[in-house]
Amino acid sequence: MNRFWAIFRARNIEFYRDKGAFGWAIVFPLLIIFGCAIAFSKPDNSVVTIGYWGDDALLNALPLSQESYAKFQKVKSLDSGKYQIQHHQLDLLLAGSENDSAITYWVNQESPASKAARQLLLASNQSAPEQANLQEQALSGRAVRYVDWVMPGVLGMNMMFASLFGVGYVIVRYRQNGVLKRLQATPVTASQFISAQLASRLLIVTGINSAIFLACYYLLDLLVLGNLFTLLLINATGAIALLSVGLLVASRTASEELASGMLNVLTWPMMFFSQVWFSLENSPQWMITLAQFLPLTHIVDGSRKVMIEGAGLAELAYPLTALGITTVFCVSAAAYLFRWSKD
Amino acid sequence: MNKLIEVINLRKEYKNLVAVNDISFSISAGVCFGLLGPNGAGKSTTIEMIEGIKTPTSGEIRYKGKARDKHFAQQCGIQFQSTALQDFLTGREVLKLYGKFYKRTLTIEQLIEDCDLQEFIDRPANKLSGGQKQRLLLALALINDPEIVFLDEPTTGLDPQSRRRFWELIQSIKAQGKTVVLTTHYMDEAESLCDELLIVDHGRIIDKGSPTELLSKHLPNKQVCLQQTGLQLNGIYGEAHEANGQTIISTLSIEQTIKELIELGLDLTTLQVRSPTLEDLFIKLTGHQLRD
Repeated sequence: MNRFWAIFRARNIEFYRDKGAFGWAIVFPLLIIFGCAIAFSKPDNSVVTIGYWGDDALLNALPLSQESYAKFQKVKSLDSGKYQIQHHQLDLLLAGSENDSAITYWVNQESPASKAARQLLLASNQSAPEQANLQEQALSGRAVRYVDWVMPGVLGMNMMFASLFGVGYVIVRYRQNGVLKRLQATPVTASQFISAQLASRLLIVTGINSAIFLACYYLLDLLVLGNLFTLLLINATGAIALLSVGLLVASRTASEELASGMLNVLTWPMMFFSQVWFSLENSPQWMITLAQFLPLTHIVDGSRKVMIEGAGLAELAYPLTALGITTVFCVSAAAYLFRWSKD
Repeated sequence: MNKLIEVINLRKEYKNLVAVNDISFSISAGVCFGLLGPNGAGKSTTIEMIEGIKTPTSGEIRYKGKARDKHFAQQCGIQFQSTALQDFLTGREVLKLYGKFYKRTLTIEQLIEDCDLQEFIDRPANKLSGGQKQRLLLALALINDPEIVFLDEPTTGLDPQSRRRFWELIQSIKAQGKTVVLTTHYMDEAESLCDELLIVDHGRIIDKGSPTELLSKHLPNKQVCLQQTGLQLNGIYGEAHEANGQTIISTLSIEQTIKELIELGLDLTTLQVRSPTLEDLFIKLTGHQLRD
């Protein structure tokens, strides 16, 4: 353990003293977060958005459906519609009753837009020649702003870059300039060296990401419905998986240029398909399937579940398992392929 | 003397190249053993196979009569031909880091003193000059107080002053009774430091022995030079020839040759006597310069 701690400590000191890398690791994600916060700080309230569940006939029976200021959309399920009401993604939700002709509507008491939509619904109904039987159900919940939704993605993306390039580049540079060869000449084993590198980078990545998260949590008043330790768990597990991928890339590569190319090939698809910036909800099935093979997808998905849906450990079983499998596969392959020197 | 290292039929093949071609030799304890050869001769490959850095294609390497085991790394010190250190650590931190890897180590203070590191020990490793970096790397090679130290072209690229300073450090390591294995293509370095030499080229051993033995075996003659040409030297002791505006007489007895030159009544004010060097030896044995 003495050797492990010595390498672990040395790597941490190196990172801290490398002012350029250290500064950029903090500044880059902050720039993105605040950029998003500013860009999406003005929500579009020009249209009242009303969701409905059931037959289109239900909708057509309402006079409000004829109004141009009301935008209607069918929800995927009653539960998802309620979730959208709770988080201000819909202003009102309508659903027909199975037993009688009554129409139930859900309103969020904490949303001014939702209350306004209710007033519009009631007013249009009163003025109609045949009034519908409307029954109100109240819900409550904070709004999910775009910044609340995008934050897990940005944190995950930052983790991806810091993990893949952090561990991958460092090991390849060590191999290229002979530091690894020098270590090979000592009693240090490959497993001691690799585990110390992974642990050091894990500490750095989770430390920096936690600091950025906490800063944004207070500065941007981020929505976090779940437990913070659960959020830390999914992110730490994700960081280990990404570090393992970086380690696999670096296990034999002797050129920084090649490593850079390989890491870019890995990071760009994750940027687009792992739902960092936008949802793949309406994307082709092949794209959704492809995303399931990318570790960042599970990190972002798990983090969003904790932050926006308040998910607990049980709901995170799938992303945690997927990240665990990624880690085991990549570490095993890296251990098999690892070499100290260039030739 | 005890054989510390025995190399038996060692071979290293790459795809289209035999870098080391079935060589056998031994290294006695307590000597400075030099591997001489031009670039690409197989010196570094040989030394790295002994160190355990490279895996031989075939052959055997014994340390103290047995195959090397995992404890060998605890007992040897290595300085590579070119290597970097962790960029943002100071010299002292690098020594502390490597000190944690071994069971038995010298103190940092002793290494600083032995390798003359005082003036730059707290400077980042990436801010050191070539000579300073080599001294720090030598300190790393000595940190575990090894029985055997491998130095692979340790003075390549250093200025003459730094090279001389490095030689003094190697002499002090020898004086402690440690075995030093040195590869170099500097002949003055080999002559100054090595007790035994192994001359290699194209992966094969050309000859081995002490510098004196090798010189007397292959180049027993000394040279008497005069800065004149067109001299009548018929019957003089030795073989005379002219080159570069000089008359060079190759002789086994300098006294006899000079005596006969005096008897001939020649002007001897430009006379020089030159002993053959290892460089001459290498040119004779391989047909090309060591730095080729």
